[in-house]
Amino acid sequence: MAKLSNESIIARLNSRFEGRFNPLEESYGLLTLETGKEDILDVLEFLKTNGELQFGYLTDITAVHYPHLPKEFAVVYHLHSLVNGVRIRIKVFLEGSYPAIPTATVLWNGANWMERETYDFFGIQFVGHPDLRRILNVDDMEVFPMRKEYPLEDPNRMDKKDYFFGR
Amino acid sequence: MSESISKITSNKPVFVDNDPQEELFTLNLGPTHPATHGVFQNVLQVDGERIVSGVSTIGYIHRAFEKISEHRAYYQITTLTDRLNYCSSPINNMGWHMTVEKLLDIELPKRVQYMRVIIMELSRIADHIICNGILGVDTGTFAGFIPMMVKREFIYEIFEEICGARLTTNIGRIGGFERDFNETAFSKIKQFVKEFPAVLKEFEALLERNRIFIERTAGVAAVDPETALNYSWSGPILRATGVDYDVRANEPYSSYEEFDFEVPVGTNGDVYDRFLVRNSEMWQSLRMIEQALAKIEKEPKGIFHADVPDFYLPPKEQVYNNMEALIYHFKIVMGEIDAPKKELYHCVEGANGELGFYLISDGGRSPYRLHFRRPSFINYQMYAPMSSGMLLSDAIINMSSLNVIAGELDA
Repeated sequence: MAKLSNESIIARLNSRFEGRFNPLEESYGLLTLETGKEDILDVLEFLKTNGELQFGYLTDITAVHYPHLPKEFAVVYHLHSLVNGVRIRIKVFLEGSYPAIPTATVLWNGANWMERETYDFFGIQFVGHPDLRRILNVDDMEVFPMRKEYPLEDPNRMDKKDYFFGR
Repeated sequence: MSESISKITSNKPVFVDNDPQEELFTLNLGPTHPATHGVFQNVLQVDGERIVSGVSTIGYIHRAFEKISEHRAYYQITTLTDRLNYCSSPINNMGWHMTVEKLLDIELPKRVQYMRVIIMELSRIADHIICNGILGVDTGTFAGFIPMMVKREFIYEIFEEICGARLTTNIGRIGGFERDFNETAFSKIKQFVKEFPAVLKEFEALLERNRIFIERTAGVAAVDPETALNYSWSGPILRATGVDYDVRANEPYSSYEEFDFEVPVGTNGDVYDRFLVRNSEMWQSLRMIEQALAKIEKEPKGIFHADVPDFYLPPKEQVYNNMEALIYHFKIVMGEIDAPKKELYHCVEGANGELGFYLISDGGRSPYRLHFRRPSFINYQMYAPMSSGMLLSDAIINMSSLNVIAGELDA
C-alpha cells in the first residue's frame, strides 16, 4: 500500500473540519498539527475512526510548558497509524495557571495513566478523567514540578550557577 | 471501559464459590514483595484466593529524570537512560544516542550501526532471559533459570569487555562508540552465539511442552488484540496477542532493514504465548547477531565512530598536544554544542516495547523538554483492571510475564 502522505492527511482533516488545519511543522516527516481544546476530542476521534487514516494507536500523551507564550501549556498527542505506518503529532495550546482539556480516556483506555502523569507534572486538568490523581509524585505535593518556574534543586545553592561556567 | 474489562475477564474460568467470605480482605502486594521483582505496590481486595479489585500504586523510585534532563548536557543524559530499564540498559543508551544523532543530523558508518545491532540484540536476549527465567521460577522451577542466568552473566561479561560496566552500561557515545570492540569482545560474542542455542533449546525443552507449566500459564490473563491496542501495549506482550508491530520492522533504525529476521507473534495473548514470543525473539536476536558479525567482517576495520569532531570527543593524546582538539574537547565536555532548534520523536524497540524519546531542543545546551515514552509504564496500567476476577497465583505470573521493570515504570 502506498504510504499515506502528510498532504492527504491534512486534506482529509480539512474536508471534515472546514479547512482549519495547517501544518505547524513537518520536521523529520512527522506531521505536527495544532487544534483547540474545543475540537480535540472530535479531531482525535476522527483520526482514530476514519477508515483511511486509522490512527488507532495512541503512542503518547505529554505536555510542554512554554512560560514565554501567552498560552503557556501545550498538550501533545502522538498517534500512530499501524496500518499505514504513519505517525502524527497533535498539539493543543492552553492558557491559564489551571488549564483544562477534555480527557482522551473515552477513546483509549491507555490514555488513563498518560494523562495522570501529565496532570501530576504540569497540573493540567483532564475533564472527565475517571481517576485523576497524582501518579509518580506523593499525593500531598503542592506544586507541579515540570513547570519551568519550579527549580530542580535548592535555588540558594551557589556552586551550580550558570555564570560560573560562562553561560 | 467496563466493556473491555469484562472482555478480559471473560477469558478466565468462572469459579463456583461454595464458601463466600463475609468480607473482603485487603492484601498489599508490594511495595517490596518477592513476586513484584521491583518496587511497586498493588492494593488488592481479595475474596479468599480470588482478586476482586486492585489499585496499582507506583512512583516509589521516581527520580525526576525528565526534570533533570532539562538541566543536563545531551551526553550526560545517557547515564539517566541507563536507569530506565536496567535489565537492558544498552538499548536505552542506543535509543538516546540515535535521538540526538537524528537531531544533530549525524550519519553513522555502517560498521558502527552493525556494532549497535549486536549490542542491542545481546541486551534484548539478556532482558528476555530474565523475564522468561523468572516466569519459570514463579511457576515453580528453578532448573531452567540457572543455566540461563549463566548466559546472561556471559552477556554482561561482553558488555564489560566493551565498555567496562555491566548493569548500568553507559555504552557508546553520541556519534558512535567510545572505543572499538577488542579481539576478546569479538571472540566472546562469537562464543556466545555458538554456545547459547544449546542452553536455550534445553530451556525450551524443559518448559514449552511441560504440562505443569502449560497448565499454569496457558489461558491465564489472555488479552485480545483490540484491548491490547486500546491500552497502547507494545513489545512482546502486544505481539503475543497477534499484532505484528515491531519498531525494528515497521520503522527500521540502525540498519535493521538490512537484516533478515521474523517478527514472532502469538495467538491468545496469554502468559504462555508471551513466553513463546520471548523465546522466539531470542532466536531471532541470535540470527541478527550472526548476520551483524558477518556484515562487520566485510566493513573496513577500526571504524567505531562517525567523523563529527563537533560532537565526538577527540582522543586524549590529541587533547594534550593539539589546540583544535583541546577546544573541541572543552566545548563538548561543557555541553556547548550547537544543537538546532527542532522537535523530534524517535523510538526504538526496547525489550518491553516501544521506547520513545520526545525531544524538544531550543538550541541550548540541554533539552528544552525531554519525555520518555516508557513501555513498562504504559503496559502496566492494564494490570489492576485485568487482575479482577483472577486467582492470586495467576496474577503473580501475569505480572511476571508483563516484565514490569520498576526503573522504566517510574523514570
